[in-house]
Amino acid sequence: MNKDRRSFLKQAGTTALGVGCGFSILGTGCSSQHGSHGGEISEHQLAMIIDVELCNEDVRRACWEACHNTHNVPFIPDPEKTDPEQGNPHDIDPREGIRWIWEENHENVFPDQVHAAARAALQENPLPTLVLCNHCTSPSCTRVCPTKATWKRESDGIVMMDMHRCIGCRYCMVACPYGARSFNWRDPRQRDPETGELLYFADNELPSATFPARSKGVVEKCNFCADQLRFGKQPSCVVAAEEVVPGALTFGRHGDQKIKDKLKTNRTICRRISLGTGPNVFYIV
Amino acid sequence: MLDNALRGGKSYWVLLAVWGVLIAIGLVAYSQQLTQGLTITGMSQDVSWGLYISQFTFLVGVAASAVMVVLPYYLHNYKAFGKMVILGECLAVSAVLMCMLFIFVDMGQPTRVMNVVLHPTLNSMMFWDFVSLTGYLLLNLVIGAVTFDAERKGAPPPTWVKPLIYLSIPWAVSIHTVTAFLYSGLEARTFWMTAILAPRFLASAFASGPSLLILLALILRTFTRFDAGKEAIQKLALIVTYAMVINVFFVLMELFTGLYSDMPHHMEPFRYLFLGLQHDGHQYAGLVGWMWVCELLSVICVVLLLIPKVRAKDGLLAVLCVGVIAAIWIEKGMAMVVTGFIPSPLGRVTEYTPTPPEIAITLGVYAVGFLVLTVLYRIVLNVRERLEVTTEVT
Repeated sequence: MNKDRRSFLKQAGTTALGVGCGFSILGTGCSSQHGSHGGEISEHQLAMIIDVELCNEDVRRACWEACHNTHNVPFIPDPEKTDPEQGNPHDIDPREGIRWIWEENHENVFPDQVHAAARAALQENPLPTLVLCNHCTSPSCTRVCPTKATWKRESDGIVMMDMHRCIGCRYCMVACPYGARSFNWRDPRQRDPETGELLYFADNELPSATFPARSKGVVEKCNFCADQLRFGKQPSCVVAAEEVVPGALTFGRHGDQKIKDKLKTNRTICRRISLGTGPNVFYIV
Repeated sequence: MLDNALRGGKSYWVLLAVWGVLIAIGLVAYSQQLTQGLTITGMSQDVSWGLYISQFTFLVGVAASAVMVVLPYYLHNYKAFGKMVILGECLAVSAVLMCMLFIFVDMGQPTRVMNVVLHPTLNSMMFWDFVSLTGYLLLNLVIGAVTFDAERKGAPPPTWVKPLIYLSIPWAVSIHTVTAFLYSGLEARTFWMTAILAPRFLASAFASGPSLLILLALILRTFTRFDAGKEAIQKLALIVTYAMVINVFFVLMELFTGLYSDMPHHMEPFRYLFLGLQHDGHQYAGLVGWMWVCELLSVICVVLLLIPKVRAKDGLLAVLCVGVIAAIWIEKGMAMVVTGFIPSPLGRVTEYTPTPPEIAITLGVYAVGFLVLTVLYRIVLNVRERLEVTTEVT
């Protein structure tokens, strides 16, 4: 190999290396302080208290609809079902469906709390309740994200999602002990090749004009309606539940009196609390 | 030196063509994945990592195993590894390249891959994995190129490469340790959350990697004039033997803790693997056959490898090496990743089968790795042959 070609390659290689490292160093310096990982409970931390008895089927359905409509969550039907009903949460594809808030049976919500003897009874009467992202005090998902596409907001403790930075590695899904996150395995805004209609949204339109729909290949989850809180509104599910059964869902900061009172006067449990993630969704069972 | 890649006989070009065809098929499947999304794979809500990540895990081990040749040769002056070292370094380059490609094809938004560089996240093990793999690739490329070039010129390598070689030794251990940390720090996944995961990874790496190296050395000896040396191959075989013994021991340790504790979270994954899991009225036993084959193969290979007379016969050694690679591939490349998702956080069992496009992409990535390996070995062979000719003439 002649000297010029060789030295050119060497120089090119070293330059590329230098630029690559330079980006990294620049990145560490410049990347905004998202405060990727939490640790302490502050008065500002938002929390939700779910009264399991009051969360009947109508409440659960209302929450699901309100949330998914507010945030343009696609309805991906279960291919195993012969005639899945658009808009029926039970017909969501368990493999590729997206859900921000949904219902699960008691033994799935609290798998470490169900005694083997109770299992048979629960088969007959599953006692479903609502599940969503717990916006943990010490989230595992934010700890593992390699790009800080998900982080814990310091002002109110919401575990946020930047769907433009997400590289779709799904590490956060692997780390989440609650299965709270969903991945866009396919394009949620896919259109039927013949009719041109949106496949996963009813009436061929996105239900919300004010919240961005996602692309394929990114992870999403409940965001405690950060987009609604911005305008002083309560989360969509809380608003919807309140109209069906008042008091089914209570939402506020740990410093708020209504949250303090409810936690003081009711016995509450959290999901998989022994893992140390510090979930901030409480269940009055 | 690199122009030696273009000097090869008919079989060389046929081999490259074979890899090329596999790569082309893989690219077609990958373009399908880019347009349709990861829905074309067998992964799902519960099993969010599958074939791509499991192959990455297996290959990181192969990449790390180069240290098993570098350490004796450079640190302890074990001259018998003289010709084996460059083979190991080329294998490391090829393996790391495949690792990085497997992560790339697994991403939902691959065009955003530079976000990992632009937004370094020091608390994320995936960031450190990226750093360590890139570093290891560069280290091996530089060390391999510089030392081999020096040999080609008949001169000793420059002194600045020595510290790099010493660095590559703990770095090799670190790439596989960081990969283990990807799994072993997650409180959500009790099957993975064991301190022994990193040692297990390393033990299985030091068994499977050198096995592959032995096979490659034997293939080169059969089809070309390159002979790595009987002593080198035998020493590697001994390393494989002891690494396999330790690996089997570690597996037994895991089984004890899992099964004796009787804790559902610890026990259920092992139950699923070896007996099948009864859940929700279904029987889930997709990996049972594979696991028993894996463990039987491991034990048989270990027992036979421990017999010096068996190890000394190249034919038998080759068969046993294939067995070791197969067993560890089943353990890491099939069982380990998927079982971490069973049961799911919501207490369900979802099994996983890769789809044809997924397999096509996987084979395509393997073909890229083997293409690079073939080209690198061609360069090594050509340069070596010319060196031998010149020494014969003089």
